[in-house]
Amino acid sequence: MNRRKFFKNSFGAGMAAFTALSFGSAPKLLSNVRKSENNMIYDLAAIKGGEPDVMFDKAIQAVGGIERFVKKNQVVVIKPNIGWNAEPERAANTNPKLVGRVVKRCYDAGAKDVYVFDHTCDNWQLCYSNSSIEEAVKNAGGKMVPGNSKSYYQEVTVSGGKSLKQVSVHELILESDVFINIPVLKDHNSVELSIAMKNLMGTVWDRRFWHRNNLQQCIADFPTYRKPDLNIIDAYSVMKKNGPKGISKNDCVIYKSQIISPDIVAADTAAARLFGSNPEDIDYIKIADEMGVGTMNLKNLSISRIKI
Amino acid sequence: MLSHLKKIRVVTSIIFVIFTSILFLDITGNWTRSLPEKVLFFQFVPSFLEFINIKSVAAIGFIIIILATLFSGRVYCSTICPLGMLQDIVIYTKRKLLKRSKRKKLRFDFQPAFNWVRYSILTVVIVTFLFGNIFLLYTLDPYSNYGRILTHLVKPIVIGINNIISSLLVMLDNYSVSPSTFNNVDVFTIVFALIVLFIVMLFSYKHGRFFCNTLCPVGAFLGLLSKFSLFKIVVNNDTCISCGACETVCKSECIDTKNEYVDFTRCVSCFNCFDVCPTHGLKYEFQPAKLLNKKEPKVKIKEPNQERRSFLLSIAAYTLTLTGISYAQNKIEVYKKNKIPVIRPNPITPPGSIGIDHFTDSCTACQLCISACPTHVLQPSFLEYGFLGMMVPMMNNKIGFCDYECTICSEVCPTNAIQPIDKEKKKLTQIGKAIFIKDNCVVHTQGTACGACSEHCPTKAVVMVPYKNNLKIPEVNEKICIGCGACEFACPTIPYKAIYVESNIVHAKAEPPKEEKIEEKVDFSEDFPF
Repeated sequence: MNRRKFFKNSFGAGMAAFTALSFGSAPKLLSNVRKSENNMIYDLAAIKGGEPDVMFDKAIQAVGGIERFVKKNQVVVIKPNIGWNAEPERAANTNPKLVGRVVKRCYDAGAKDVYVFDHTCDNWQLCYSNSSIEEAVKNAGGKMVPGNSKSYYQEVTVSGGKSLKQVSVHELILESDVFINIPVLKDHNSVELSIAMKNLMGTVWDRRFWHRNNLQQCIADFPTYRKPDLNIIDAYSVMKKNGPKGISKNDCVIYKSQIISPDIVAADTAAARLFGSNPEDIDYIKIADEMGVGTMNLKNLSISRIKI
Repeated sequence: MLSHLKKIRVVTSIIFVIFTSILFLDITGNWTRSLPEKVLFFQFVPSFLEFINIKSVAAIGFIIIILATLFSGRVYCSTICPLGMLQDIVIYTKRKLLKRSKRKKLRFDFQPAFNWVRYSILTVVIVTFLFGNIFLLYTLDPYSNYGRILTHLVKPIVIGINNIISSLLVMLDNYSVSPSTFNNVDVFTIVFALIVLFIVMLFSYKHGRFFCNTLCPVGAFLGLLSKFSLFKIVVNNDTCISCGACETVCKSECIDTKNEYVDFTRCVSCFNCFDVCPTHGLKYEFQPAKLLNKKEPKVKIKEPNQERRSFLLSIAAYTLTLTGISYAQNKIEVYKKNKIPVIRPNPITPPGSIGIDHFTDSCTACQLCISACPTHVLQPSFLEYGFLGMMVPMMNNKIGFCDYECTICSEVCPTNAIQPIDKEKKKLTQIGKAIFIKDNCVVHTQGTACGACSEHCPTKAVVMVPYKNNLKIPEVNEKICIGCGACEFACPTIPYKAIYVESNIVHAKAEPPKEEKIEEKVDFSEDFPF
């Protein structure tokens, strides 16, 4: 029995009663979904020309608004890229303004709790504070959770995986109602690009296993176990070389762009094109498409293209 | 007036021991940055070694202690020395525990001095120091021993309590307290700290400050100096009624009331005697270099009884269990084990330590840098520096790597063994060079992509270059490598790493990483490429 279940079993009845009293009637979820101007819910939204938080507020409407993904009283886990001890200008981590805004919008939609974590590569305290993400999340009312302790990870079976059959995943990924992935688009020295699927490496304990056992295949295997409900790709400032850590802000070019989609493969494909790469050259995107994780074929998707 | 001295001593010593302990036990990293310079200024051995290094007024703490001793005796031992405080805590606890039942056991009795022991230890320590080795100095130095006891025996308990609180809070969906990990893998340092703790506790339980007057070189040195103190504590023959009250509370067992004699060289200035004397029978007297001419009575000392303390054993068991961190993986892997062992001829020393010689000449292995290191890359050594360098910290890239932006070890080091180094200088200080072993590399043995080493490299001294089948394989540019060990830490190969850092015996200067501005202008009005 996991810890949360233990707690919930003990107090479940009380909590249920309390919830019923607090909210009275059942929330009318579907009617809350705000649609974009032409009342259409797109498969993918791409936006450019604005600040990260402003672009998010606009583009999320095109995919059905945050209310489509976060329902009242749900627990949300957000996984930005906070892998490196680097200041925001270096764009090695997700833009803090964007993360802060997403946390806020989740609460606006009625989320009960919003947790944010990453299993960082550099020392986690230094990463959390120097990326400014900790500050942004706390200001928005969210909770930063450490990803550095093995005690938070639970072993699961990846039944659809080819190389990755078993993996220890952070308990928040397993237990939260909504999983939002907020990667940053950047260069990567061995798999070409680090985008949405690559970002999921920060939700597991043992990354070295992936590196030893066909990295590209493992990256594509993991989302067969758990796909994020929503992917928000930060391409405001894009690290064009020396990725994924970078040396200085000279590695970055301002793109002022963002891509949002529930389909992780489509999001990675669009982001790769935005970067100037050919998605066909990126093995893990191709493998994921073949395994049916999502689709690379953007032509079959409805795409909202917004310029500010 | 004299009866107030004890209170002043108690308050001062509590302040010193609390702040010194916080330095070593801080698991938040908030205190260690600001405190060391202020708190450790007066620590005798570190201050002395720092003075030899930098010859500046910033390190004259030990001179002030010498002057104070020449004025009125060994004030260091009862106010500043943290190991002295540890002994006082044992004595105090014993007194509280035994108060009712075994009143007789509480008493101290005058014991003759073990002068030949303490002065020969002092002589050997000084001689080995002059010959350039400080092994004996740091294995006996009270501050460094206290540091090792706190780092390796007490901190694990603090971490354990923290982690229990953390997991209780997580049950309530509260993640505000984060778990810490205890990373020490060197069992020798733990056993050494345990032995010292056992000896110190046993001695203090049986004979008060016996450690300070037999084994401690600082105690012996200051004891020697206090022969020449201007003011000494002596028995006031006019008022003393030889009631023996002072003798029973004297932790150094250096007051002989029968013969109305105080062995001031062993007095640790705790002032307990002034506190209990009913008749002002003791006083400070102006006695410059007065020879202690009274003959010491011969009293036989019982050998310390080797009683076993079960709580000590439980501490030992707890600590040893904690060291058994398992990195074993039980998963099914397709990965083939590689074959070439990594042999590192010399240990790697932290940035700021200049090189192995400078580092081992000044480091007292107090473990403060190890306590403060956020990535836990600093670990006590075993025999890497040789037998006479045991417990001195080194970089252990299996546990972590040196963070590119961090200089905290150089900020906390009390002896200047790690000299203060600013971030910009640290980023160009080459403590070692990465060596790539292609035959161990995943890309070569498995034919699949990896690049973990290059990902972690802060200067891009490790880059991925084209290899067969569209793969990329690491290549090292030694000139810009600073030896931080990130590549070695990240390398996933087992059992041996495919990239490791070879130590620079003397640190070198690396070339700055190559930075080029990217010429790409983005037109935000342009259409999306999809």
